Amino acid sequence: MTTAISIPRTERPTLNAKRLPRSAPGIAGLTAVAAALTARGILHWTGYFTAGFTAALLYVLLLGVWSVAVEGRRRATDRIVGIVVGACLIAASIPLVMILGYIAVKGAPALSPTFLTHSMNGITGAQAGGGVYHALIGTLEQVGIAAAVALPIGILTAIYLVEFGRGAFARGVAFFVDVMNGVPSIVAGLFVFTFLLLGLGLRPFGAAGSVALVVLMLPIVIRSAEEMIRLVPHELREASDALGVPRWRTIVKVVLPTALSGLVTGSLLAISRVAGETAPLILLVGYSARINSDPLSGDQASLPVMIWDQLGKRSGDAGAFGETRAWGAALVLILLVLAVNLAARLLARLTGPRSW
Amino acid sequence: MPPRIDVHNLDAYYGDFRAVEGVTISVEPGEVTALIGPSGCGKSTFLRTINRMHEVTPGGRVQGSVRLDGQDLYGRDIDPTAVRRTVGMVFQRPNPFPTMSIYDNVIAGDKIAGIKRRKAVFDDIVESSLRAANLWQEVAHRLHKTGASLSGGQQQRLCIARAIAVQPAVLLMDEPCSALDPISTLAVESLITQLKSDYTIVIVTHNMQQAARVSDRTAFFTVADQGMPGRLVEYGPTAEIFTAATHQATRDYVGGRFG
Repeated sequence: MTTAISIPRTERPTLNAKRLPRSAPGIAGLTAVAAALTARGILHWTGYFTAGFTAALLYVLLLGVWSVAVEGRRRATDRIVGIVVGACLIAASIPLVMILGYIAVKGAPALSPTFLTHSMNGITGAQAGGGVYHALIGTLEQVGIAAAVALPIGILTAIYLVEFGRGAFARGVAFFVDVMNGVPSIVAGLFVFTFLLLGLGLRPFGAAGSVALVVLMLPIVIRSAEEMIRLVPHELREASDALGVPRWRTIVKVVLPTALSGLVTGSLLAISRVAGETAPLILLVGYSARINSDPLSGDQASLPVMIWDQLGKRSGDAGAFGETRAWGAALVLILLVLAVNLAARLLARLTGPRSW
Repeated sequence: MPPRIDVHNLDAYYGDFRAVEGVTISVEPGEVTALIGPSGCGKSTFLRTINRMHEVTPGGRVQGSVRLDGQDLYGRDIDPTAVRRTVGMVFQRPNPFPTMSIYDNVIAGDKIAGIKRRKAVFDDIVESSLRAANLWQEVAHRLHKTGASLSGGQQQRLCIARAIAVQPAVLLMDEPCSALDPISTLAVESLITQLKSDYTIVIVTHNMQQAARVSDRTAFFTVADQGMPGRLVEYGPTAEIFTAATHQATRDYVGGRFG
């Protein structure tokens, strides 16, 4: 004979729940703003910062209390956390939107066909005209050379770390990559300055800047490529091995294509990161108002250093037109990074088979 | 005529751990041999020693001999990648290459290895391999779409087509149906039956009905305890193993009276 197990029964919970009306957030919001404005009038707050802050606090408080009273704790928590998360999102995007917007507004007046096709040769801060052409060429060459060197080395290092690296040597490489990640750009510049320029007795030139940029790019490329290559499922390597394919061909034909979009993203991140690098370039490349398309000899301009120059930080005088040109150069720099980004993404998307 | 496989006194290790011990077995040509046994008994590990995939695992090494028509696959002058082209493998989870089309997946063995052939030859290999894998009719109109768009059962048949496209002599299958629904399983099983005249097939399975349905001979592996090596207990014609096994452990396992 078995004894029935009895669990004490409580009243069955009701399935319907009271909700606040759809207009509740609006009502709470309007009330909070009205209350804050009233307080501003009574307490003679100047400006609107305190009032805005008070309104936000009041809004959370009002809606929270109202929600607890009607809907219960769980829904009230949901509402408050939702508001906080949304507020954080807005706060985080404010600097981004402001920087981009400000540069677009300030830089747009400077943009013109002349601005893109002329150098600053013979133009002083007090004169209008001139452009970014010399700096655009310099940045393309310096960053291009740096990318051409750093991307292959970085991706091959990542392949080594994931596919072959075992033991102390691989751990050592990974450790130094992490250390390199923390090297300030001016220190990288100083290092190249000491060994390349002072050591060999050379004058500043474009490719010297590239060497510093390589040092700065490598840890970013290696780290991101390593993560992406690690994400390629082990099953795919096994499938390729089992077809009797040599390991290096598996890596070239299976692992890298599968990780391609991640590798592209990581590489772009590294390029964007160094395209705006200024300090090592001031040290290693200098600045030239003339067009110098030879990265192997002579001072060369670049967009970041041109911004610095046009603001009068080099000569001590920005003049009447320098600032506008600096904003223009900043806008061109951002557009350049954006264009490289879009082009590479398009390229990555166009390769590989369709799922539709 | 597909080859016979003679394994003699084979031990397989992961680092210091001996996972499989003292396996001696003769796999007959042109037959389906099923490896059955509880989880962790070393049957998958043993399977992977036949095409030298075991040593791909870090720490994996093998002692003993595996002879393919008399030639020791672990001899000093043997190229493991050549072994794997001769002894193909299908895995538990379908693993088509996601960046490649169905067409390219089938000829992946040649394509990845950098072997160039005329387009007509590749077309021919693709069609005959897909037909052999019973997949041609379902994918003929979308050969250049990605293999990831197929269902699980279709993906597994694509992987079988990929394995036979390099014209191996032996096919190893590591629980090829465990991720498939019954209908796809049926498709793969009937495929195995069709393929066995051209290939020596070794299949690991947890499904004893499947072993009984598709195999001519069955090998029962077991492991005494956690941390002990797996051993081959009994090997014989499938009907005998399932109805008149010599060992009590085998009778218990195939009769469902085993842990």
